Amino acid sequence: MFWLNLVQAQSFMPTPATDIAQRVDNLYSFLLISSLIACIILIGGMIYFVVKYKRKSENDKTPRITHNNFLEFLWSFIPLVLFLIMFAWGWSVYHDMRKMPENALEIHIFGKQWAWEAQYKSGAATSNLVMVPIDTDVKLIMTSKDVLHSFYVPSFRIKQDTVPGRYSTLWFNSNKLGEFHIFCTEYCGTQHSGMIGTLKVVTQQEFDAWLEEESKVSTLPLAERGAKIFQVKACASCHSVADANVKVGPALWNQWGQQRNTSSGDIALNEEYTRESILNPNARVVKGYNPNIMPSFQGQLSEVELTALIEYIKGLK
Amino acid sequence: MGTASTNPNVNYLTEFSGIKSWLFSLDHKRIGLMYMIAILFFFLVGGIMAMLIRLELFSPGPTLFSADTYNQVLTYHGAIMVFMVIVPGIPAILGNFFLPLQIGAADVAFPRLNLASWYVFMFGAILAFTTLFTTKIDTGWTFYTPYSIKTGTAVITIVLAAFIMGMSSILTGLNFIVTTHKLRAPGMSMFDMPLFVWSLYSTAIIQVIATPVLGITLLLLVAERVLGIGIFDPKLGGDPVLFQHFFWFYSHPAVYIMILPAMGIISELISAFSRKTIFGYKAIAFSSLGIAAVSFIVWGHHMFVSGQSEIAGVIFSFITMLVGVPTAIKMFNWLATLYKGSVSFESPMLYALGFLFLFAIGGVTGIMLATLGVDVHFHDTYFVVAHFHYVMVGGTLMAIMGGFYYWFPKMFGKMYNEGLARLTFVLIFIGFNVTFFPQFILGAMGMPRRYFDYIPAYESLNKISTIGSWMIAAGFFLALYVIIRGIISGPKAPANPWGAKTLEWQTSSPPPHFNFDKKPTVTGGPYDY
Ligand SMILES: [Cu+2]
Ligand SMILES: [Cu+2]
Repeated sequence: MFWLNLVQAQSFMPTPATDIAQRVDNLYSFLLISSLIACIILIGGMIYFVVKYKRKSENDKTPRITHNNFLEFLWSFIPLVLFLIMFAWGWSVYHDMRKMPENALEIHIFGKQWAWEAQYKSGAATSNLVMVPIDTDVKLIMTSKDVLHSFYVPSFRIKQDTVPGRYSTLWFNSNKLGEFHIFCTEYCGTQHSGMIGTLKVVTQQEFDAWLEEESKVSTLPLAERGAKIFQVKACASCHSVADANVKVGPALWNQWGQQRNTSSGDIALNEEYTRESILNPNARVVKGYNPNIMPSFQGQLSEVELTALIEYIKGLK
Repeated sequence: MGTASTNPNVNYLTEFSGIKSWLFSLDHKRIGLMYMIAILFFFLVGGIMAMLIRLELFSPGPTLFSADTYNQVLTYHGAIMVFMVIVPGIPAILGNFFLPLQIGAADVAFPRLNLASWYVFMFGAILAFTTLFTTKIDTGWTFYTPYSIKTGTAVITIVLAAFIMGMSSILTGLNFIVTTHKLRAPGMSMFDMPLFVWSLYSTAIIQVIATPVLGITLLLLVAERVLGIGIFDPKLGGDPVLFQHFFWFYSHPAVYIMILPAMGIISELISAFSRKTIFGYKAIAFSSLGIAAVSFIVWGHHMFVSGQSEIAGVIFSFITMLVGVPTAIKMFNWLATLYKGSVSFESPMLYALGFLFLFAIGGVTGIMLATLGVDVHFHDTYFVVAHFHYVMVGGTLMAIMGGFYYWFPKMFGKMYNEGLARLTFVLIFIGFNVTFFPQFILGAMGMPRRYFDYIPAYESLNKISTIGSWMIAAGFFLALYVIIRGIISGPKAPANPWGAKTLEWQTSSPPPHFNFDKKPTVTGGPYDY
């Protein structure tokens, strides 16, 4: 039964959505088949021998066979050749994964606890959503704002760590429309398993229209702009805005003006306290919540953006 | 071999009594048993944590506890199982007990140092456990920076604890190297030694050379924390990836510290239960040394997507493939040993055959992970989790169980219930495959490791995996019962219940304090059937 599973495991890979993914799958099939043959020889041989040479009596005599140069050469040399083929094939696929295309659409990716932020050259910014056109070389220039993360798209078979203080790159060219998971595969704390983004592949026209729309954010009314920023900075992964559900942080829905019981006294949720909580979250933590969870946004938001956020939170009802 | 003048009721267990006769004992056999009690306890703790992890993953979303608690449980499971169970397991328990016996020595070369190693080990272990009551660690057993820098100070304590326990294995390693060279019975050349001794010898070399790197890493972490020198922390101008190099420079050889002694046990078992001389003795002995040497230059295969250069990745992939060759040689040698043997299926042999089965799967999936283009997809997914459990549990733990049942009569002078012992194998072997095989598929589907929660597509395989873990637990609890019942009320064991040829079977069961009543002289090889 395990062998059946092993053979079928091929089909358990997500549908490949890039040429590279297809090449990875071809190599994987080769590895699977070689492994299967190796396991049949090793495990099958073991089962055959133990059945055939089962002890017949306490007085069984066994021959003294200490070595056999020819056999030993064969079973060192054949695996060696196989391993070298696998190595070379793996290298060739890896090389093409790592060779960045020229004239690609460049998108900046920031990993942070616990969201993926994407920044387009036009000024558009998204959170947990990377929008790209189909059949286009896309190059991701990635770094991290805090700890290590790893940007992983199973359908593309690509993965690269994002490292604070360094840039790493990744590229792909999707030949399928649709939505694909972005997982974080480098452990990064509490919400590591919740750090899931969507990579959406659309037609060039849809992409252009979307990009234009997203780039106009600075002309929106304050509260709407605040809503955008709230989404881009992934504030909603910790604070609910449509109900009173408590996530990692306190809910913000219907809270404006309400008294809050904090680590340093009571305070109403007002402009002052909201601003302080965004820029210096540990100053006054609502009781029952852990300090050091929310990152500081000091230096990441302009005055206008801060005001827009406050206006948005004020209006959550 | 016992002479008529010896009182058969006096052995290393009965000669002295009282707690002090254990805590201050210089007898390698008693020290081995003290390690056994400690490590069994750690195994129980680490195992309960494994059960909790599987229980939490039975369903998506929070099932049992919060994400933070889950991350702590996962960290302690990994750290306890690696640093306190699998790394010290075979050398400290079975190695201590049987290395001197197998070479016909009265004890290890430095008995006092041996006892000191136990105390150092226990000190490190207790230090590690103190973090459970101060700041619990939630970094995963790999302690990657900068997360481990941001998450609290206990990471220094736990790395210190890991280093102290490593210090203990350096001392044990030194002891084993000297013992092997100096205390062999008259007539026993290096190539007359049992292969278990060869594997302990190779392991000892790795322990002595690799463990200091863990100490250097610790010093650098302390220098960064206390003196503010930027080494790993990007905020101070350090490089977090450098930590991974240091960590794996120790931890990759540690993987071979975990598996080499297991391979040694398997060589003993296959030969003894086939009543046949081992095939390719020298090839097996040299491949142990070969693996030990190459294990120092493959660490970068843990870092193919960490940001190391392409050429580094290529070199590490190439060297890793080379390690596959001696491993394959060993597998074929064991197979060839079975050929034309007289094979019996007592529980130790069942575990040895189980080892061959699981290690074959662990081995071929290791080659897949060493293949660059494919590893990019599998890295840090459940495929890796499944792979290393096939090697560490399917390999090392199966060998420990097999070795333990094999040598139990010698250690305690009693026999256990063979039927129940076989049942433990069935439960553990089937449960193991039910638990970990689905994880290969989960990894292929893309499920990342260290996941507290997962998307609905992964649910059914996670459920199967959790159900399998209950079978493994049932198997180990039954094994504990078999052992305890055997020790208390098992029938008396003969000196050589299996008809094996190595020296430990030539003394009485259990052996006297100084192992042999008369120093044995070796005239034949260890596998002259
Ligand atoms: Cu993560
Ligand atoms: Cu990794």
